[in-house]
Amino acid sequence: MTTVEHDPLTPGDPSGPGSGGISVVDLRIGLTSRPGVDVVDDIDLVLRPGEVVGLVGESGSGKTTVGTSLLGYTRAGALIERGKVLFQDRDVLALSWQEVRQLRGEEIAYVPQDPASALNPAIRIGRQIVELMELRGLGTAESRMQGARDGLAEVGLPNDDEFLRRYAHQLSGGQVQRVALAMAFLPRPKVLVLDEPTTGLDVTTQGMVLETMAALCRTHGVAALYVTHDLAVIANIADRVAVMYAGQVAELGDRSTIFTAPAHPYTRALLDSIPHLSHARALSGIPGRTPAPGARPDGCRFNDRCPHVVDRCREVVPELVEVEPGHRARCIRVGEIGRWDISRGTVPDADPDRPRDIILDISDLQVFYGRKQVVFDVSFDLAKAEVVALVGESGSGKTTISRCVGGLHKEWTGAIGFEDVSLAKGARNRSASERKRIQYIFQNPYLSLNPRLTIEQIVKRPIELFGIASGSEATDRVVALLDQVALGPAVLRYQASRLSGGERQRVAIARALAAEPDVLVCDEVTSALDVSVQGSIVELLEELRTSRGISMLFVTHNLALVRSIAARVQILNGGRVVESGSVVEVMDSPREDYTRRLLANSPRID
Amino acid sequence: MSTVTASGLRRITTQRRLLVGLTITVLVVLFAVLGPLVAPHGQNEVVGPPFSSQGVFGTDYLGQDILTRLMYGGRIILLIALLGTAIGMVLGILIGVVAAYAGGWWDEVIMRLNDVTLAFPQILLALVVLTAVNQPKAWMIVLLVGVSHAPRVARVSRGVALGIVSRDFVYAAEALGERRSRVIVAEVLPNMNAPLLAEAGLRLTYSIGLVAALGFLGFSTDPGVANWGQMINENRLAMSTQTWAVLAPVLIIGLFTVGTNLMADGVAQLAQRGDG
Repeated sequence: MTTVEHDPLTPGDPSGPGSGGISVVDLRIGLTSRPGVDVVDDIDLVLRPGEVVGLVGESGSGKTTVGTSLLGYTRAGALIERGKVLFQDRDVLALSWQEVRQLRGEEIAYVPQDPASALNPAIRIGRQIVELMELRGLGTAESRMQGARDGLAEVGLPNDDEFLRRYAHQLSGGQVQRVALAMAFLPRPKVLVLDEPTTGLDVTTQGMVLETMAALCRTHGVAALYVTHDLAVIANIADRVAVMYAGQVAELGDRSTIFTAPAHPYTRALLDSIPHLSHARALSGIPGRTPAPGARPDGCRFNDRCPHVVDRCREVVPELVEVEPGHRARCIRVGEIGRWDISRGTVPDADPDRPRDIILDISDLQVFYGRKQVVFDVSFDLAKAEVVALVGESGSGKTTISRCVGGLHKEWTGAIGFEDVSLAKGARNRSASERKRIQYIFQNPYLSLNPRLTIEQIVKRPIELFGIASGSEATDRVVALLDQVALGPAVLRYQASRLSGGERQRVAIARALAAEPDVLVCDEVTSALDVSVQGSIVELLEELRTSRGISMLFVTHNLALVRSIAARVQILNGGRVVESGSVVEVMDSPREDYTRRLLANSPRID
Repeated sequence: MSTVTASGLRRITTQRRLLVGLTITVLVVLFAVLGPLVAPHGQNEVVGPPFSSQGVFGTDYLGQDILTRLMYGGRIILLIALLGTAIGMVLGILIGVVAAYAGGWWDEVIMRLNDVTLAFPQILLALVVLTAVNQPKAWMIVLLVGVSHAPRVARVSRGVALGIVSRDFVYAAEALGERRSRVIVAEVLPNMNAPLLAEAGLRLTYSIGLVAALGFLGFSTDPGVANWGQMINENRLAMSTQTWAVLAPVLIIGLFTVGTNLMADGVAQLAQRGDG
C-alpha cells in the first residue's frame, strides 16, 4: 500500500485516507425525483483503522444513507450528487460498478439491520458464511471452511459440523446476528458498516453482540461505522461519535466529549431526552418533528426546534466549527449558549414509602396460549396515580400479562381485581364502565390507528360509544384532548398516514384519554419511537399521572426508562416474576442474579 | 440518471395500464349499451343470403347482419356478468371476512366447506341447474354466476382480511367493546377496498367468459335475442366460409376481458404503491 498525497478537501487529519481507513469528503446525496433537494449534504467523515465511529441520528436524519454510501450504494430514488469516498487512494464513488462490486464484501463489508432477512433461509450456515469467498474464488475449499470455523469461534458460537449444517431459522436472533458478523469479518475487510445491527435484540444478547463486534474491530484493525438511533449503545462502543440531524452532521467528537460536553443544542436536547439507569430524570422531548428532505428550514436546519435560536440562525447556514481539537459542531452560537450539565434533568426517585391506595390487584395469574402456559403465578398490584413497570426480555410474558388486564387475551386463570370487582376475561364480557375505565395503548402507533379513519373519528369514537358526549360537544372534547396531547385542531381532518410516529402515538393516547380512564395499560408505547419523541411522550404521561391521578401499567424492555417513569417494578423472566419492589430498591440493590445481569447488560450513558 | 427514467417509466406504465384498461372497458360497454340504438338493421332482420359478405362483417347462418347482431348481443351478457359479479363479491366478502374475523374453529369450518364448493367446477354447477329447467331465466344465470364466484372471492377476501384483523386497531376496537358487526364494517372492510376492487375486475372477466360460454352451450335466456356466446355457437360450422361471424364475437369478448384485466391489474398496483 502506497502512501498518498493529502487530498486538499480532506479535513486536516494526520491519519486520513490511505492509511487503511476510509473517508467521506463533501458528500451530497439528492433525490432523483426532486432536483435540488438533498437527503444528506456536506458530510465529511474520517474512519481510522481499528476505530468504531458511531453515526447517530433519529429517523429521517439520513444516517443509513451515509452508511450505505461507503459501499458506493444509494437506495432507488436517491443519487450521489457530489463528493468522494476515499478508500486506499481510490474514490469508491468514481469506480465502475464491476470495481465497486469487487470492493463490497471483500474490502468494505456491511452488516444489515435485520440479518434474519439478509441470510438466505435455504442455505446452510456453513455454506452461507463462505459464499462470498467461494464466489470470488478466494482460498481453497478447506481454507475457507477453516476460516468459517475460526470466525464462528471468534464470535463465540459453536463451530462443529452440526452447527454449520443448520439453517438460519434454527438459530436465535443473537446467533443470527453473530453469524452475520462472522460472515462480514471472514474476508478480512478494512472497513465495516453496521446498520443498527442490534435493533430488536434483547439487552443481554445485544451486550454480547456489541462486545464481539468491538473486539473484532480492534484486533483486526477494521474501521467501523456503527449506524444507530440508540445513544446508549453508542456510549458503550464508539470511539468517536457523529450526531446527524436533517441530513447533516450536527456535531462530531470523541465519545467522552459528546456525552459530557456537547456543544450543539440538538445533541444536548437528545441527551436530555434519554433516561438513565442510575437515577430518575425528568425527560423532555424536542418540540416539533424532524423535517423531511425538502421541508428543511433555511439557515441552520435545527432553527425551528432550537431553544437558543436567534434571527441570525435563520439566515446564516452554519459550518462545522471547531470547538476544540477533534470536536466540531454545526452551530453559529457555539460558546454563546453556555455549558450543559448531564445531571440537569435529575429528579428524586419515586418515593417507595408513599401510601398506596390499590386500584388493580392481580393475583395468581396463569396465562395460556392453547395448551402452552406462558405466564406462571404472577401477582402484583397497582395503586392510584402510580406507575408499575413490567420489565423483561422478549418472551418474558410482560405483554401477555398486559393484554389479559386489557381484556384482549382470554385464556387465563387467577383473578384480576379492579377496585371491588373481579374482571371478566374478555373485554366483551366486562361491563361498559370497566371497559371505559381501563384503556390500552399499543406499542406500534403505525398499526393501532385505522388508516382509513380521520383523527377526529378515531378520538371521538370512545366518547360516543361510552355516551360521554355527542355531536358538537363531542367534537369540542376531541379538540380539547388533542390540545392536551400537544396536537393542534388542524389534524382533526387528517388520516393517520399524514402524521409522524410520535404524533400518531399522541393520537392513540388521546383516544385512550377520551374514555376518561382510571387505568392506562401502556404496552411498550415508546419503543417504536425516536428518543426525542419518547422523551415528550414520557413527559406527557407523567403530566397525566400527576394532574388526573391516572394509574399506569407500563410494559417495557428498557430498564433506564423504568427508573424515570415508574414507582414500582416487576422483573419478569420466562413468564415468572423474578423480582419486584420499588424501583429504587430493585435497581440500586438487586437481589436476583437475573436482575443484576439485566442491569449489567443494559447500555448506559451515565 | 438511469434510476430517473426507470422509476419514471414504472410510474407511467402503472398509470397507463389502468388508463388503457379503463378506455377499452368503457368503449366495449358503450358499444354494447348504445349499439342497439345505432345498429344498421334489426337484430332478427334478414338482410341477405346466409354467410354472404354483405355489410361490414357479412351475414350469419340466417342471413342476419353480423355487425347488428354484435351490437345487440352485448347488453345481456354484460348485464348478467355485472350483476353476477356483484352478487359473487358480496357473498364472498361476507364469507371471507366473517371467517377471518371469527378465527379458530369457525374459520376452519367455513373455509373447509368453502374448499368443498371450490372443488366443484364453476361451469358444471351452472349446467346442472340450467339443464333441469325448461327455459333459463336471466336471474337464474345471474344467481348461478354469483354463487359460483362466491367461494373464490371468499378465499381472497379471507386472505386480505387475515392481515387486517390482527392489526392493533381492530384489537383497540374490541377492547372498547364495539359490536362485532361494527368492527367488520367500520374497521376491517374499509381497509380492503383496493385488493377487493382488483378482485372484482378479475371476477368480472371470468363472469363474461362464463356467461358467454353458457350462451355458446345454448343456455341463453332468450334464443331469439342476439348474444355473443350464442353467435359463436350458431355460426361455428361455417367458420371457414364466413370467419367474421365467429371471430367478431370472440374478439370483442377477448377485448373486453383484456380491458377489465388490465384495469384490475392497474388498481392492484396502485394499491400496492399506496400501502408502501
